[in-house]
Amino acid sequence: MSKIIELKNVNKWFDKFQALKDINLEVNQQEKIVICGPSGSGKSTLIRCINRLEEHQDGQIIVDGKEISENTKDLEKIRAEVGMVFQQFNLFPHLSILDNCTLAPIWVKKMPKKDAEALAMKNLERVQIADQAKKFPGQLSGGQQQRSALARALCMEPKIMLFDEPTSALDPEMIKEVLDAMVDLAKAGMTMIVVTHEMGFAKEVADNMIFMDEGKIVEKAKTKDFFENPKSDRTKLFLSQIL
Amino acid sequence: MNLSILKSDKKNLNSFIATGSALIFIGFIDIISSSFFGTNITAFLPNKISYLTPLLFGLFGLYLIRIEFSGNKLLDKININFNSSNFNALLTLLVIFALIKYIPPLLNWFVFDANFAGNTKEDCTDGGACWVFVKVWLNRFVYGLYPDTEQWRINTAFLTLFLLVGASFFVPQKFKKYIIIFLLFVYPIIGLKLISGGDFGLKYVETGAWGGLSLTFIVSAFALILCFPIGTILALGRRSKLPAIRYTSIGFIELWRGVPLITVLFMSAVMFPMFLPDGTYVDKLIRVLIAITLFEAAYMAEVVRGGLQALPKGQYEAAKSLGMGYWKMHFLIILPQALKLVIPGIANTFLALVKDTPLIFVVGLLELAGMVNLAKTNPKWLGMAMEGYVFAGLVFWVICYVMSRYSQNLEKKLKTER
Repeated sequence: MSKIIELKNVNKWFDKFQALKDINLEVNQQEKIVICGPSGSGKSTLIRCINRLEEHQDGQIIVDGKEISENTKDLEKIRAEVGMVFQQFNLFPHLSILDNCTLAPIWVKKMPKKDAEALAMKNLERVQIADQAKKFPGQLSGGQQQRSALARALCMEPKIMLFDEPTSALDPEMIKEVLDAMVDLAKAGMTMIVVTHEMGFAKEVADNMIFMDEGKIVEKAKTKDFFENPKSDRTKLFLSQIL
Repeated sequence: MNLSILKSDKKNLNSFIATGSALIFIGFIDIISSSFFGTNITAFLPNKISYLTPLLFGLFGLYLIRIEFSGNKLLDKININFNSSNFNALLTLLVIFALIKYIPPLLNWFVFDANFAGNTKEDCTDGGACWVFVKVWLNRFVYGLYPDTEQWRINTAFLTLFLLVGASFFVPQKFKKYIIIFLLFVYPIIGLKLISGGDFGLKYVETGAWGGLSLTFIVSAFALILCFPIGTILALGRRSKLPAIRYTSIGFIELWRGVPLITVLFMSAVMFPMFLPDGTYVDKLIRVLIAITLFEAAYMAEVVRGGLQALPKGQYEAAKSLGMGYWKMHFLIILPQALKLVIPGIANTFLALVKDTPLIFVVGLLELAGMVNLAKTNPKWLGMAMEGYVFAGLVFWVICYVMSRYSQNLEKKLKTER
């Protein structure tokens, strides 16, 4: 399997606070990685650096063979290949669900409107909200909104999907419908990096687990080893608290 | 003093209501008789007290009928809405009495004692408003000094404009954008050419002769259409990451916001031509239009910036994560939402702009208020300032009210959030 994302000695500071410390990470195609850790440990910052919603100051980030830096001219092209799902959904409230899904394919990928709509309906079908296509985001429940956001990202036909705590802003009974959609996506072979506290999901889907604390990757291991036989004490403490 | 015996309750309800209503009734009789018939029924009291009697009677009456729940729907409604406390009762009475006292004289001046018929000042004999003045001068108020025989050109231009705007509301979505593009980019040129003339066998009419309400419309319309995109670009510029663009925008906005419009107009008339090479001449109406547009654009920029700042960061991030660049992100995602948020602010700026247009008198252009000003100094019509300004004020109010209602409708129509 070939590498699709590579991080080498990545460092990031917010003013004087160092958010990421010497991060090294490789992600292969079709690999599913779940990142966990306490809040403020840098896990969101890490995945936001991968599509440069945050800028790193030191080290290299290479996505699909292209290095991401301030000189990157085709940053938009890279971003189009990396889908992202946010904690707060971030749907566009002035557009219907269908328009949310077709906007980027039409304007960024120059897809004909008909094709874009067909693609959008296919993806909405996939997350089981095709019947809500004509509604506006404000008319949907949190779970439906997050699934719409997932469908919107999928409409760009990305090679990689990033999830930034996709279920943290949801009511408990809505978490499952979102996780189900994500499990389906994983089974279809998408490369995924997921920041989440849903350990059940991690056990079911993840190939590798990463535990982060204070801006560092404390432990990276195969999912089975991670849960059954964690190496560092910090990981053990964290797992004992959330499991 | 213990007022509790004066507090109405279920038992003595009827007697309290009777007494209270009687007192309120006396109060009303008092105020009505003094304002309509000129008789003061409480004249036997000292002057100051007699002036306040309606209020005192009314207040005490309202106090007596104030009861928490009487079962009488009308009474309960009055108590809840107008009479919930002594202070609210006072406010209610003050408003009602003020209306009774001041509306009739106003109506008398406007309508009953006003003169409508005739052609000269001497026909106004009834003591009220002399609307003859407005009637005689109406043509000048609408067309300024534009030659009578050519006025059909202004009529045609505006009629076409209104028809096109009207059509844009009713035609199917598909043609709508063509009409709007035509209205914004092609029509202004055709309209201006039609009014100014000089080609196609039309007699040339210099801009100095334009005036009245039609000039108000021309100046407002051009400034409105132009200041909006310029303001939006300035707002984006002020938030740009590129220092050169940011500081230029800040400088521009702060410069124009810091000077009074009247100075700007004066400069455009007096100073601006000095910077032009010899022999070039820019029409004074064009100079004024540019000055007003840039002035209002600076205000518009800050209004739009307010909307941009109100949008959550997540909207920018979502747009970026879908691969949109700066312009796509702003035109598809950010501006549609930000502009919708600041419709009240935009309407505010537009209304202020319309009401600023009279200031163009400083360069010798006379729109509606300017024409009124000119007409009232006519020796045959001296002393007609009141009628003229009231008329101008009403016309401005109607224009602004229509704009305000339109903006409210737009707000409702565009609302997609819960």
